[in-house]
Amino acid sequence: MTTAPAQKSKSNGIGKDLAVYVCLLALAGLQFVIAYQKLDAEQMFWRMLIVAVVEAGLAMLFFMHLWTEKRGFMLFVIIFTVAVLLGMQYGWTDSFRMVTGAPFSK
Amino acid sequence: MSEADLTMEGHSAGLMVGPAFSIPTKKLAMWLFIIADTMTFAACLVAYGFLRNGTPDWPRPFHSITNVALMTFILLTSSLTMLLGLRSARAGDKAAAFRWTMITAAAGILFAFLHIREWLGLIDEGMTLFKNPWGTGLFGASFFSITGLHLTHVTGGIIALIVVGIRYKGGRYNADDIEILGLYWHFVDLVWMFVVPFVYLLNLAH
Repeated sequence: MTTAPAQKSKSNGIGKDLAVYVCLLALAGLQFVIAYQKLDAEQMFWRMLIVAVVEAGLAMLFFMHLWTEKRGFMLFVIIFTVAVLLGMQYGWTDSFRMVTGAPFSK
Repeated sequence: MSEADLTMEGHSAGLMVGPAFSIPTKKLAMWLFIIADTMTFAACLVAYGFLRNGTPDWPRPFHSITNVALMTFILLTSSLTMLLGLRSARAGDKAAAFRWTMITAAAGILFAFLHIREWLGLIDEGMTLFKNPWGTGLFGASFFSITGLHLTHVTGGIIALIVVGIRYKGGRYNADDIEILGLYWHFVDLVWMFVVPFVYLLNLAH
């Protein structure tokens, strides 16, 4: 069942894994720093989202070895997931309506 | 070649097609599960964002980041130990692979312990699923739902780590099973990277 890509990842050494781990720790720390900055909620949200997406990308590509899988599979996972995640965003306008319109206009 | 031979060959050709994307079936199944589970968590986080955005008196009850920072460090480190376990398994070092897998499980248990301790602290302050002393009751519902779903995944992962580790040590499972379990564990870590900023850090009391 062992795949060639998986074997390839074995030979890469632990240095890369450690480097990714340190990057993830640093990015996680950055989120805590952002939390203590004097920003409004929207600015804070976008900054944290960008950092979280970078973290998730690193974890998927290197910890979950997506980078060493077949390119077609990597594209399948990324395109399918991103498409559905974007599709879920349709309700935000209604969320803003609740703030600016009835019943929570005050 | 007769028509019957051709038909048979056609059937065989259909049966002999390799696994999708040339990756093992079990690994593909885990990836499909992860994609589906991503949707579950994403739906929860989007619903939470919808509520938070649309509710004027959203509470910001968290005063300290110490506990959540420690939990994040433990979970990230457990991903590294999982990788070390896989690396040992691929190298054929069964004892080391088992040891790293159990260390990962221990880190998961510590994470769950800290999580439950935090829950109990919030419950002591008067927070339940439907009400809390700081603002809208929706906060408790969304907080406990999202973190509870994640904690359930961590608990399932801990059980799987112990079971797969023992079976790997006993020779019933191989390095590929450790790799597939590792995918799940890294996914649990990945979800936490979104839960921390949106559920905890955006609700810090300043």
